[in-house]
Amino acid sequence: MKQYDKLIFELSKKGRMGYSLPENKLPEYSFKAIPVALQRSLETGLPEVSEPEVVRHYTNISNRNFGLDTGFYPLGSCTMKYNPKINEEIAALPAFTSLHPLQPAETAQGALEVYYNLSQSLAEIAGLAAFTLNPFAGAHGELAGLMIMKQYHMKRGDLKRTKVIVPNSAHGTNPASAMVCGMDVVEVQSTPEGTIDVEALKPLLDETIAGIMMTNPNTLGIFETEILEIAGLVHAAGGLLYYDGANLNPLLGQCRPGDMGFDIMHINLHKTFSTPHGGGGPGSGPVGVAQRLVEYLPNPQIKKEGDRYFFVNGKDAIGSVSGFAGNFGVMMRAYTYILSLGKENLRQVGELATLSANYIKESLKEYYELPIKGICKHEFVFDGLADKSTGVTTLDIAKRLLDHGYHAPTIYFPMLFHQSIMIEPTETESLETMDEFIEVMKKIAIEAIEDPQTVKTAPHTTPVRRLDETTAARKPILRYVDLLNDTPES
Amino acid sequence: MHNYFPQTDADIATMLQRVGIGSMDELFAEIPESVRLRKDYDLPSSLSETEIREFFAALGDKNKPLTCFAGAGAYDHYAPAVIAQILLRSEFYTSYTPYQPEIGQGTLQYIFEFQSMISGMTGMECTNASMYDGATATAEAMFMAVAQAKKKNKVLISATVHPNVRAVVDTYALFKGIEVSEIAEKNGVTDKADMEAQLAVGDVAGVIVSTPNFYGILEDYSGYSEAVHGSKALLIMHADPSALAVVKSPAEWGADIACGDGQPLGMPLNFGGPYVGYLSATKDLVRKLPGRIVGATHDVDGKRAFVLTLQAREQHIRREKANSNICSNQSLMALYVTIYMALMGPEGLKKVNELSYSGAHYLLDELVATGAFTPAFDQPFLKEFAVRTTLDVKKLQSKLIKKGMLGGIALGSYKKGMEDCLLFCVTEKRSKAQIDQLITIIKEEML
Ligand SMILES: Cc1ncc(COP(=O)(O)O)c(C=O)c1O
Repeated sequence: MKQYDKLIFELSKKGRMGYSLPENKLPEYSFKAIPVALQRSLETGLPEVSEPEVVRHYTNISNRNFGLDTGFYPLGSCTMKYNPKINEEIAALPAFTSLHPLQPAETAQGALEVYYNLSQSLAEIAGLAAFTLNPFAGAHGELAGLMIMKQYHMKRGDLKRTKVIVPNSAHGTNPASAMVCGMDVVEVQSTPEGTIDVEALKPLLDETIAGIMMTNPNTLGIFETEILEIAGLVHAAGGLLYYDGANLNPLLGQCRPGDMGFDIMHINLHKTFSTPHGGGGPGSGPVGVAQRLVEYLPNPQIKKEGDRYFFVNGKDAIGSVSGFAGNFGVMMRAYTYILSLGKENLRQVGELATLSANYIKESLKEYYELPIKGICKHEFVFDGLADKSTGVTTLDIAKRLLDHGYHAPTIYFPMLFHQSIMIEPTETESLETMDEFIEVMKKIAIEAIEDPQTVKTAPHTTPVRRLDETTAARKPILRYVDLLNDTPES
Repeated sequence: MHNYFPQTDADIATMLQRVGIGSMDELFAEIPESVRLRKDYDLPSSLSETEIREFFAALGDKNKPLTCFAGAGAYDHYAPAVIAQILLRSEFYTSYTPYQPEIGQGTLQYIFEFQSMISGMTGMECTNASMYDGATATAEAMFMAVAQAKKKNKVLISATVHPNVRAVVDTYALFKGIEVSEIAEKNGVTDKADMEAQLAVGDVAGVIVSTPNFYGILEDYSGYSEAVHGSKALLIMHADPSALAVVKSPAEWGADIACGDGQPLGMPLNFGGPYVGYLSATKDLVRKLPGRIVGATHDVDGKRAFVLTLQAREQHIRREKANSNICSNQSLMALYVTIYMALMGPEGLKKVNELSYSGAHYLLDELVATGAFTPAFDQPFLKEFAVRTTLDVKKLQSKLIKKGMLGGIALGSYKKGMEDCLLFCVTEKRSKAQIDQLITIIKEEML
C-alpha cells in the first residue's frame, strides 16, 4: 500500500471547502456590526480542503494506527479487551445524543435512568454504597476520591491528616493525584514477593495519615493477601482505604473491593467495562464510596424518588469536578456491556482473564525472567529476557513485537524492576491468538541471542521506524507553522 | 460461552493444564475466603442484541427531543456527516494512548493537527493533546499560573465566567490550598477597576476571564494584559473556540493561557459529554503544560514522524512532582474537532458565526417586540444573550417544553437578582421558521 504521511495543512488550497451550510435568510443582521475592537484580525491558519480529501486523509492516517481490532494488544494495566460494536450503536442513538445537559429532568428521564442504573450496577459490583459517574478518567476519579477522603477528615475537624500512603509499585497517577489534591505522599516499600510490606507500613500509620491508595491485585498482578490486616490497621489508625480500580478486571465475579475494606474507589470504564480507549480517551472514572461518605460525592449527584430521576447539588459535596455530569456517551457503552454480559457472564470475566494471563506466563517463563513466581491475576511482569548477555533490552523486545504484528506490552512499569514487561491478555483473546503470541515471544528471545542486532534495530516493517525522541524534546515542534519554519540543524 | 469469550471448554482444559491447576477456583485460592464472592451479582441476566436494542429504544422514548435554543456551555451546532463516520474507524477508536509511535502515527498525527489548529484559533504558541473538558482545563490553567508565580497562591476569577467552570476551579483550588477571589461584574461585564484594586495587593498569580462570557457578551479586555502583567500575574482566557473564528483571540488580548471546551466545534450535545477540553499557552509556559504533548521529529531513516514529547512533566515519570495527574485525556474527541475544523476551514467557521449572529439578533428583536422582554444588558454579543421578562419564567419554560422547544436557560439558579432572566442561544442550526415558531408560542403564553 502507498505510504501516506501528509498533514491536512498540506492539502490546503484557497477556495476549497468541506462544509454545507444554509444561506443566511437574515442578512440584515450582520456580525460586522460587532465593534471592530472586538473582532479578530489574526489568521487562524486553518486549512481549506474539500470533503473527499478530508475523508481520504483521515482514512489514510488511520491506516498508520494499530488498534485492538487490528490485533492482539497485551498492554498491561490497560485491560485492552474487545470493544463490542453494539456499544457504539447504542451510544449513537439520537434520543440520547441530542440531549442538552441542562434540559429539565422531566425531558431526560431515559438518560438519567441510564446514569442511575449504571451507578447502582457499579455499586453492586464494587460492594460499595453509591457511585458518581462524573469523573472523566481513572486519574480524575483518583482526584475526586482523594477529595472525598480529605473532606471526610475536614468535616470531622481532623485537620492534621494531610498524608497519603502509596506503595512504590503504584501507578504514577496515584502520587500525582495526591499532589493535585494538596496532600503529601509517603511511600511504603514492597516485599521481595511484590506485595506491601506490612511491617514497613505499621510505623507510617500515625495521626497525620489520611489514608492509603492501593490496587489489588497490585500493578504486578499479585493479590495482596494481607489486605484484611492492612484494612484493619489503616482503619484503626483513623485512615481510609482508596482502591485504584484499574485492576478490577480479574476480580469480576470473585471478590469486591468494598468487602475487602476499601472505602473509596474508582473504576476505569474504559478498561473493565469494555468502552474503547479512543487513542487516549474519552474514558470514564466513576467513583464509589462506602455509606458514610455518600454525601461527599461531587455535584451534581443523582437521585431517585419514586419513578423519577434527577440531579441535585449536595450541601456536603466536595464541589464539582466536571462542567456537566461526565462522559455520558461512555456511560451508555458501559451500561450496554453490563446488560449484554449479565450476571452470569460478568462472573466469568475474572476467571478467563486470570487464566489467560497465567497461561502466557507459564508458557514463557523459561525465556523471560519471571521475578515473582506463582499464580498471578489478570497480568504479570517479566523483568526482561532470561538471558540478557547480548544486551537486548525490554525496549528492543517491544519494538521487535511490532514487526510481528502485535502491540507491545507495557514496558518499564512498574518501576520495581529495571526491565519490566507487563502482559495482560484479557478474557477476549482466543487460545490460538495467545499461542501465536507465545511462539513469537520465544522466537524473539532466541533471536536476541543469535542475531541481537536485528532485535536492537527493530522495528523494520512499520510505517516509521525508531524515532529521534531526544531532538523532539530538546527542540519542540508542536504546530504546523513551527514545522514550516524548522530549519534543519547543521 | 458468551459471544465475547473465544474460549471453548477444551481450550480452558488446555490452559488449566499448562498452569498446572485443576480448576478455575484455584486461580483465586489466595484470596481470603471471607471476602470471596460465592454468588452471582444482584444484576439482570444477559440480554441478546435484539433485547438490548429494544431496551434502549424504550429508554430513549423517556427522553423528549427538543429544538434547542439553549447554550450555557453546550451548543447545538451543525455536525458534518463525515465526522461520525471517520470516528468509527476502529484503527482510531480501539487504540490506546500512542505509547508505541511506530504503530501509532495515525493518532499522533491527528493530535499534532489538533494542537496546530487550536493554537491557530487561540493564537497561542503551544497546545496540549487535550484535557477532559473546558472546566477542568481552566482549573489546570490556574495551577499553571500558580506554579509559574512560585510564591503566590491566589487567583482572581471574573464573576462573568460560566458558574459551572467557576465551580470546578473553586473545587480544585480548595483542595490544593489556592485562594480564589471573585472580580465583580458590572452591567454584565468584568469590573476592571475591581480587578485592578485586587491586583494592587501584589499577591495574585493569575486572572481568569472569558470570551464570550457566561451571558454571551463579548467583553472588551483592552488594558487587561498590561494590568495583569504589571503585577507579575498571568492572564488566563476561557474562550469558545468556534467564536474565535470571528472574535478577538486570547493572543490578541495578550493572554498567557487560553483554555476552554471544544464542544461548540460541532460536537453533539450528548447530555454533557464526552466533549474535549483544550489548553494553549505562550512558548515560555510549554514546560508548565499538563498532560500529553505531541511533537514532530524523524525516524532513523529520516522520515518525518510524530511522538509524545516533553514527558518529563508527566505523572508516569515525575509522580508526585508532575505538573498534573492527568493520564487519559479525550483523544478521540480531539480527532472529532480536528476533522470539524478541517472541513469548515476559516470560511466555514466564519459562516457558522455569521448565521448564529443573525439568528440570535433576530430572536432578540422579536422577543423585545412582544413587549414582554428586554435585554438584560446593553452589550455586544454573538450567538447567546440574556433577557429579562415580565412573564413567569417557570410557566414559560414548561409551555415551551410542551411544544418541543428548549427555550432559554433560567438564570435565577446561577445569579442572584436574575430570577426573571433567561439565557437564549441561536446557532446556525436554527432556521428562521423555528425562531418564528418560538415567538408564536411565547405570544400564546402572553394571551
Ligand atoms: C494502575 C493504574 N492506575 C491509574 C491509571 C490512570 O487511569 P486513566 O488513564 O484512566 O486516567 C492507570 C492507567 O493506565 C493505571 O494503569
